[in-house]
Amino acid sequence: MSTPIQFTVNGSRQSVDVPPMKRLLDVLREDLHLTGTKEGCGEGECGACAVLLNGELVNSCLVPALQANGSRLCTIEGVSAEGRLHPIQQCFLERGGAQCGICTPGMILATHYLLDKYPNPTLEQIQEGLAGNLCRCTGYMRIFESVQQAANTISP
Amino acid sequence: MSQSKPILGASPLRKEGRAKVLGAAKYIDDQSLPGMWYGATVRSSVARGIIRSITFAPEIDWEQFAIVRASDIPGENTIVHLTKDHPCLADGQVNHPEEPILLLAHPDKTALLSAVRGVRIEYDELPGVFTIEESEAAVENNDAERIIWPGSDAGGTANCFKQYLMYSGEANETEDGLAAAFEAADFIVEEEYHTGAQEQLYIENNGVIAECNKDALGNVSDVCVRGSMQCPYYVVHALTLIFNLPEEKCRVIQVETGGAFGGKEDFPSVIGSHAALLAMKCGHPVKITYDRAEDMAATTKRHPSRTRHRTAVSKDGKLLGGTIDVAIDGGAYATLSPVVLSRATIHSPGPYKWPHIRVRAKAMATNIPPHGAFRGFGAPQSLFALERHMDKIAKTVGLTPEEFRRRNFLGTGDCTATGQLLKEPVDMQHLLTRALKESGYHEKLARFAEENKHSMIKRGVGFASFMHGAGFTGSGERRLNSLVHLDVLEDGLPQILVSSTEFGQGTNTILCQVAAQALQLPYEDILIAQPDTSVVPNSGPTVASRTAMIVGKLVERASHQVLATLREHEGLPKEHTREQFIAAAQSYRAKHGSLRASVRYEPATKIFWDDELYRGDAYPGYAWAVYVAEVAVDLNTYMATVTRFDALQEVGLVMHPVLAKGQIEGGVAQGIGYALYEKCVWKEGRMMNNQMTNYIMPTSADLPPIHVHFEEVPSIHGPGGAKGIGELPMDGPAPAILNAIENATGVAFNTIPLLPEDIFERFTSFTEPAHGGSEDLDPTHLGEFLPEAVA
Repeated sequence: MSTPIQFTVNGSRQSVDVPPMKRLLDVLREDLHLTGTKEGCGEGECGACAVLLNGELVNSCLVPALQANGSRLCTIEGVSAEGRLHPIQQCFLERGGAQCGICTPGMILATHYLLDKYPNPTLEQIQEGLAGNLCRCTGYMRIFESVQQAANTISP
Repeated sequence: MSQSKPILGASPLRKEGRAKVLGAAKYIDDQSLPGMWYGATVRSSVARGIIRSITFAPEIDWEQFAIVRASDIPGENTIVHLTKDHPCLADGQVNHPEEPILLLAHPDKTALLSAVRGVRIEYDELPGVFTIEESEAAVENNDAERIIWPGSDAGGTANCFKQYLMYSGEANETEDGLAAAFEAADFIVEEEYHTGAQEQLYIENNGVIAECNKDALGNVSDVCVRGSMQCPYYVVHALTLIFNLPEEKCRVIQVETGGAFGGKEDFPSVIGSHAALLAMKCGHPVKITYDRAEDMAATTKRHPSRTRHRTAVSKDGKLLGGTIDVAIDGGAYATLSPVVLSRATIHSPGPYKWPHIRVRAKAMATNIPPHGAFRGFGAPQSLFALERHMDKIAKTVGLTPEEFRRRNFLGTGDCTATGQLLKEPVDMQHLLTRALKESGYHEKLARFAEENKHSMIKRGVGFASFMHGAGFTGSGERRLNSLVHLDVLEDGLPQILVSSTEFGQGTNTILCQVAAQALQLPYEDILIAQPDTSVVPNSGPTVASRTAMIVGKLVERASHQVLATLREHEGLPKEHTREQFIAAAQSYRAKHGSLRASVRYEPATKIFWDDELYRGDAYPGYAWAVYVAEVAVDLNTYMATVTRFDALQEVGLVMHPVLAKGQIEGGVAQGIGYALYEKCVWKEGRMMNNQMTNYIMPTSADLPPIHVHFEEVPSIHGPGGAKGIGELPMDGPAPAILNAIENATGVAFNTIPLLPEDIFERFTSFTEPAHGGSEDLDPTHLGEFLPEAVA
């Protein structure tokens, strides 16, 4: 049983016919082929599937499609503009914030959300702000540096 | 180019980094093939038993499914590693929970869930063994019912996959020396140490897509597996046996891999074989990706261990002799346990001079899913024991942990416990001095001792000194005989061809740096081919801290070979520009059609290793390190937290400072998890907490500042003087942290993981007469010399 769902994804209007309880994660990956959003745990622990829903950071594996109806979504594919890296992406690239890269899309969206809230975050705010995004490679130190550098770039 | 700054030692952008930050990198689950089906695995629900019947729920239309059983395997039903004891699919008997029995494929992924549940398997259960001790007891008691593994041609005996006996000299002389040492000792210090299983917890679960082609007669003609993996040629090897095909008919392609840490060293051979069998059966490409629960429950983990030390020491703090008994829990099949045990054995004496030492080591079988590779590969287990034991000896003798170690460190010109002469400079004394200084150790030691008197939060500092061998053990690199190609393409620019894989550590980047440096070309000009076994040669597995040092050296030599060719045939000057290189390369290609350099592994110096006696040059090179942990133990909550971490290591040339720091920090974070957070809860061989919700790895809020310091002493074994770095940072954190906790609380803990409930139990049971366990007798609690440390 499918339901029509409409939303704005990365600035463009989309409609899909999907079961209402289908995970937003799967709608993005399977129906819209936006595979930058990753699945790590499927239970809202790791944050690899994080996206911005009406500006709020959510784990898309916990959001039923129906709940996203009428919403404004931003995924990793919507962070860069015209092939140019967003400063957050640039800083993750330069500072070693991405290793294997599987947590990176979620981590970048979490950083986006964090810097909207705290343009010049303290280390503690960064640690708390990213605590819902697990990274097994970096030990987070390079990520903290990436976020600090991005903050300095965006809001000097 | 030759005038500009060296690229080796600089930090250019990660080769595949742009795709990763854009979310454009394609991991296996981001890919699909036309007509692709999905696969799932029906697993054992019991730990050990005979399969009595398999029935299929009548409400499911099984005609729609492809079903693979052991009898469908065209070749051998085995996942080959070192022996052939590990079946691809259980045939008649299961030996661990979650053992694969049947495979299912269907075009609709969602149909598989209910189908897996619709297969009902009944068993005649057999008794299992679930710990090292239970496995040993079965052997000692001649309990035939609990002999769960029969032995093997490769040196295995009942319930024991492998044993090693390593002496610091000729066996009889060492035994005599040990007897004399224990006779003459002022102190004999004994203790037992335990480490738990640890999940690799790469954020991307295991996954593959397989294709299978058949000839006119319907026989399998070739297979192709692409997926998340470390060692494409391991998977090739596995497929050749499963399908009875030659190597060139088994193609394996590594795609972007979302973390591995050893967890994708041996396991992809299993999931890769499964998907290929389903592809054979259904005639479509088949994707299998595990969800987190399946990945955690069914795939490999770090081997749990038990290590017993007995050490003879003089009153002036000299090691006179020691015996070390290491036992690891291998799980139900041998898989890589013999080699994990080998690294545990060789690392167990650490960076110290032992006049006489005997190490006995064994890998026991249990009815648990097979344990496998995980960063450090046995060394974190035996070094945890050693570095806790060193603190215990220091305390017993009455020296500081620092002074006791200083009196026993190996140095340049000394021989390791395997008799390896340390020709390259080793300066543990300096490393210790610098690590303690960088971390403010002495100042904190004094300050915390004072502050702790008035606080429920007890703070402390501790450290661990250790080394990690880079590359395969002993004759391993010679056996691997790794091959590397360097092609110059049509545009006159080079491409590296290796089977070494990128899974976050930086393989692509550092190998391109090596080639750029050697070829005097810009880093951006160097390409590296995707590891596809139909294209790249076998440069060995991406394991054992060997890529930078061993494969890097081969890339360097191949680059020099290309330059020599162009100088000889095209008159390329000794110092050249990019344009001169391209012109020379294109001119050469125009005449000869192609330009390829191929080089094979050759040791930089003569390496001698005796596999029988377990003596000689165990590793081409070692990284040396001292790690310092600062902790706070809250006696209100019994929570131990690391509040600062300093990691100092000598790793030869640091090829890429940003990546290298990232490697160390990531390893330290995993080590902190190993010590204080990550506990696998087992019940009858089954992991009960196979979720990220209840298996806790450190988050960004849990970790302290990690300060990374390097010393660079160039080694002849690696490109530009580099050595291996990947596994090293896993070894030091756990013992450093537990040493710091002892410093903070005065209580010695010798088991990891150490969770708040463990600390709570220990602290609240001191006054209970029934309180058991060897740790009761610990001197640091009783405040006097321990009974077993006799003057």
